[in-house]
Amino acid sequence: MSTSSSLKAAILSVVLLGAFLGAWQLAVGGTGSSQAMDPEYAALMGATSKGASAMPTPLDIGKEMWRHISDPFYDKGPNDKGIGIQLGYSLARVLLGYLIAAIVAIPLGFVIGMSPLFYRALDPYIQVLKPISPLAWMPLALYTIKDSSISAIFVIFICSIWPMLLNTAFGVAAVRKDWLNVAKTLEVGRLRTAIRVILPAAAPTIMTGMRISIAIAWLVIVAAEMLVGGTGVGYFVWNEWNNLSITNVICAILFIGLVGMALDQVLYRLSKLVTYAE
Amino acid sequence: MDLNTLITVEGLARSFPAPKGGGNVTVFDELWFDVAKGEFVCLIGHSGCGKSTLLNILAGIDKPSGGVVIVDGKEITGPSLDRAVVFQGHALMPWMSVMANIAFAVTSRWPKWSAAKVREHCQHYIDMVNLTGAEDKKPAQLSGGMRQRVGIARALAIEPRIMLMDEPFSALDALTRGSLQDEVVSICTKTRQTTFMITHDIDEAILLADRILLMTNGPEARVAEIVVNTLPKGRVRNELHKHPNYYAMRNHLLDFLVSRSEDLRGMVEGVDPKHPPMVFPKAGDGGPQPTLAASRT
Repeated sequence: MSTSSSLKAAILSVVLLGAFLGAWQLAVGGTGSSQAMDPEYAALMGATSKGASAMPTPLDIGKEMWRHISDPFYDKGPNDKGIGIQLGYSLARVLLGYLIAAIVAIPLGFVIGMSPLFYRALDPYIQVLKPISPLAWMPLALYTIKDSSISAIFVIFICSIWPMLLNTAFGVAAVRKDWLNVAKTLEVGRLRTAIRVILPAAAPTIMTGMRISIAIAWLVIVAAEMLVGGTGVGYFVWNEWNNLSITNVICAILFIGLVGMALDQVLYRLSKLVTYAE
Repeated sequence: MDLNTLITVEGLARSFPAPKGGGNVTVFDELWFDVAKGEFVCLIGHSGCGKSTLLNILAGIDKPSGGVVIVDGKEITGPSLDRAVVFQGHALMPWMSVMANIAFAVTSRWPKWSAAKVREHCQHYIDMVNLTGAEDKKPAQLSGGMRQRVGIARALAIEPRIMLMDEPFSALDALTRGSLQDEVVSICTKTRQTTFMITHDIDEAILLADRILLMTNGPEARVAEIVVNTLPKGRVRNELHKHPNYYAMRNHLLDFLVSRSEDLRGMVEGVDPKHPPMVFPKAGDGGPQPTLAASRT
C-alpha cells in the first residue's frame, strides 16, 4: 500500500516536472517581437533581437549546472570562483554564526525557562528584538566590527538566536512537573537534573528551534552576502545578475535550494535521535 | 515516642490562597497520625480532601503551612532518598529504557557504584516486579500496568525506609490492578517494607493495609477515624470475602465514604484530633448488614 502510494507520488512528481520544463521550453523558445525593433537597438540586444529570449531554456540550465558540478572548486580571481567555493564560504558563515547563536541561546533559554523571574525580565527585550530584520543590523555591524565577513556572521548570529532561545525557554518551562518531582525525591542535584532530566525532556522542542533557525540563517545569508559582497553564494547571484547571466542566476537559485534542503535534512535526522514517544 | 514508630505526623496543616483572593483555603489541618516500622497504612478520602497534597508533604516536595512530619526522630525539611514515591501517573522518563529509569534512581542513591553493580541491582528489582525481558523497552512500549511496575521497582530499588504511593493503581483496569495489588502484597510481606498509600478503593485498602486512616471531606479535612484491619495478615485477594470480618470492614469503610465523611466534616465536637478513635470492625457489630450487591466506589 505505502510503496504503491509513494510510487504514485514519485510518478506524479516527475510528470509535474516534465510539464513545467516543457512549458518553460515552449515559452522561451518562441519568436520575439524583433521585427518592430529599431535596428540599432536590435544590434545592442544581440541574440534577443533574433527572436530568442534572454531567458535560458531548461536545456541551457542543465548544461550550465553540469559545468558547475563537474568543476565546482576552480578559482580564477575574485570575480570568477567555482560554485562549490562560493557555497563553501556561505556555509562556513552560516555554520559559524549559527553555532555561536546556539552556544548563547541554549544556555540562556535554559535560564529563562527555569526562572519565571528571568523570563519576565527579558521578555520585553526579546519581543522588541525578535521582529527586527537581521539585515537592519548590518550597518551597525559594519560600523562597529569594521569587517564585512564578520558582519555577515553577526547577522546570521542575530537572526538564528531567536527561534533557538524561545524554543529552548519554552521546552524547559514545559518539562513535566512529575519528572522534576522524581528528580527531587531522588535528591538529584540541580546540574544533574538539568542534564539528565530537563535537557532530554526539552530536546525535541530545542531541536525544532534549531531547525527553524538554520532555515532562517540560510535565507538570510544570501541577502547578507549581496550586501557585503566579496565571496559567497549571495555575492555570486548578484555578480551574475551584473553579468546579465540569467542562466547562472537560475543555477545559483537551484544550488541554494539544494543546500538548504540538505541542511534541514541533517537537522531533521538529529532531531529524530532525541525525540521520544510518551 | 514508640521506638517502633517511623513516621509521626503532628498537627499538620496546609492552606492555599483562595482562587478569588480574600484569605486562604485550608485543605486540611490538625492532622495527627503515625506509621510504625514495617506497617502498611492506607489513607482513604474523597477527592478534594488533600490526599495528594499530604503525600507530597510527606515526600518533601510540598511544604506544610503548619505542623511537622517527623521521620525517625527528625523533622523532615525536604525530599529524601529514605522516602521513595510511586507517582499516580508513573512519572517514568520516556526517553529512558526501563533499566535506565531504575538505574537513574539507583545511581542517585549510590553514586559510587560501578555500572555492573548498578545493573545487577536494577535487574534484581526488575525481576521482583516480573518485568524480566522488558529491560531495554521504553515506557511507551509498555502497557499501563507494566509502567506502574517500573514505577514500583524504581521506588523499591533505592531501598527506602518508607514507600509512599499516591493512588498508584487508579489509572489501571480492574484485572491489571488486581494482579499488581497481589504483587505489592507479596513484595511488602517479603521485604517488610513500610508503606503509606493513598487510595479511594476500599477493597484495595482491606487487602493491603494494616491500618486505614479515614479522612473527612475538605476543606479543613481531618483524620476522623483509624480503622484497624481485623482481617489477619497474609490476606489473599480471592479468599478475602470469605473471612467473617470482611463485610464488617467493607461496610464500615463504604458507609464512611458514602455518608459519614461528609457528616464528620469540620470534625465532630469533643474528639481530640491528636487521638482519633480507633475502630475494629468485626462480624456481628451491627451496623449495615452485608449485602452482596454492595456497590463499589
